[in-house]
Amino acid sequence: MGAHGELRHVTRVYPGNAGQPPLHALGPIDLDLKAGEFFGVVGPSGCGKSTLLEVIAGLAPVSEGEVLINGAPVGGKVVDGVGVVFQDDASFPWLTVRDNIAFGLRRKGIPEHEVAGTVTDAIALMGLAGFEKAYPAQLSGGMRQRVCIARTLVRQPQLILLDEPFGALDQQTRLLMGDELLNLWRQTGATILLITHALDEATMLADRVGVMSSRPGVFLEIVETGWSRDRDSRIVSETRFGEITARLWTLLREESMKAMNMEKKTR
Amino acid sequence: MRVKRVTKLRILVLIVSFVVVELLCQFGLIARFTMIPPSEMVIGIVGLLLSGKLNEDMATTLSSVGIALVASVIVGFAAGVVIHSFRRVRRTIDPLLATYYSVPVFVFYPIFIVLFGLTDIPKIVIGFLYAVAAVVINTLNGLDRIPPVLVKTGRIMGMTRIDIALRIVLPFAAPYLFTAVKLAIAYSFIGVIGSEFILSNRGLGYSISYAYNNFDNLTMYSLILFILTFVLIINMTLHSWEKKLMQRRGFA
Repeated sequence: MGAHGELRHVTRVYPGNAGQPPLHALGPIDLDLKAGEFFGVVGPSGCGKSTLLEVIAGLAPVSEGEVLINGAPVGGKVVDGVGVVFQDDASFPWLTVRDNIAFGLRRKGIPEHEVAGTVTDAIALMGLAGFEKAYPAQLSGGMRQRVCIARTLVRQPQLILLDEPFGALDQQTRLLMGDELLNLWRQTGATILLITHALDEATMLADRVGVMSSRPGVFLEIVETGWSRDRDSRIVSETRFGEITARLWTLLREESMKAMNMEKKTR
Repeated sequence: MRVKRVTKLRILVLIVSFVVVELLCQFGLIARFTMIPPSEMVIGIVGLLLSGKLNEDMATTLSSVGIALVASVIVGFAAGVVIHSFRRVRRTIDPLLATYYSVPVFVFYPIFIVLFGLTDIPKIVIGFLYAVAAVVINTLNGLDRIPPVLVKTGRIMGMTRIDIALRIVLPFAAPYLFTAVKLAIAYSFIGVIGSEFILSNRGLGYSISYAYNNFDNLTMYSLILFILTFVLIINMTLHSWEKKLMQRRGFA
C-alpha cells in the first residue's frame, strides 16, 4: 500500500558561509501526496526540484515547516519505507547485479534464503535475467538504472522518489522504462514522486504534475492529467497528451527564461 | 590458455637482449672487467643462494623493507582518511603533498644516523618516507572519486556513518588502495636498498657496494640481477592481480 505524504509550508534555505548570503532554495511548499498516486514534478533548472526530493527523503533538513509521511514527521532523518532512485548511476561497481540488488536486504539482516527469493523475483521483473553475475561495468546505462530500481523495489518502499531517473538514457529507452515504471507502480501500489525535466515524460507517467517556479521553487499550478490507471506509452498519440504537455510548457516558459537569466547573472 | 601475441613478443625481446649481451661478453666486445656474461650471473645467483652467505643480508633487507612498507601503508592510509575528512587540513596540506616528491629524502641520511645511530632504523625511516606519500596521495585519490550518490544510497538504506565507511567507501576505494600498496612496495625497496649503499654494514645494498669496492664482479652482478628479478616478480604478480580487479570494474 502506498504511503501518504504531506508537506506543510516546507522551506529550505541553505545557510550562507564564507561571506556568501544564505540561499533560499525552496518553498514555502504545501502538498498532499495521496496514497498510491503518481505525482510528477517539473520545473526550470536550479528551481530546487532535487532539494524538494532530499527534504522528503530526509536526506536534507527543512528550514521551516514539516514533512509528514503516513502522519509521522520526517525530522531530517531517513524514514523506513522510502526508496530513492537517483539520476546518477548509483550501482555499486564492486558487486554483481545480484549482490547489488540484495545489498539493502542483507544490511537489514534478512535471512539469506528469503533474500535469494526476493532478489530472483526482482531480477525477473526488471528484465535482468541472465545478468545476475555481471558487474555494472558490463551493463548499459539503462540496465544499470534497472539494477538501482530493483535494489530500491526489493525493500518494498511505500513511497518511491525518483530524481530524473531516466535523464541519462536515450529517448526510446526512456519511453520503455516509463512503461515499466507504470507497471511497477500498478503492481506495488506504492506512491511515486517523479522529478523530471522532460515535460512529455511527466505528462505520460503522472496522475498529477506539479509545475515549479524558478528559485525559490514553489508550485505555480498542479495539473491533473486524468489518465486511467492502466495507461502506457501509447497515450503519446492522443490529442490530450499534446494539450497537457503544451499546458505545462506555457506555465514553465516564462519561469525557464527567468532561471536562465538568473544563471547568467551569477556567472 | 592461449598466450597473447604481444606477450610472446615481449618475452622474445627479453630473450634476444639476454642473448645479445651474452654474446657481446663472450666475444670480448664487453670486457670482463666491465661486465660478466649474464649466464655467469645466473650461475652466480644460484651459488650465492646455495652457499647461504646471502641469508643474513636478505633477512636484514627484507625485514627493513617489510617494516617500512607496513608502517607507510598504515600511517599513509590513516593520514589520507584524516586529510580527506577535514577540508581545512586538506587545503593546507595539498600543495605540500604535491611538492613532497621533489624532496630527495636521502639528504636527511646524516641526520637520521645522528638520531638513530648506525642501525637499521635510518634506512627504514628513509624507505618509509619514500613510500608514505604514495599511500597518502592514492588514498585521497580513491576517497575523492566516490560518487556522492553512493553515500546517499547508503543513507537511504538507513546505514550508519561507520557502516557506510566500511561497506561502501572502503570497497569503492579498494583498487586505489591496491595501487597505493604497489607503489609503497617499490618505494620501500628503493629507500632501503639505496640507504644500504650509502652507509650501512649489512643488507643486500651493502653487499653490492662491498663487492664493487673489492672488484668482485661476479658477486656484484649476481646480486644486481637477483634484486631486479625479485622486485620484478613481486611487481608483476601484483600488477596482474590489480588488472583483474580493475577489469571487473570496467576500468582496463
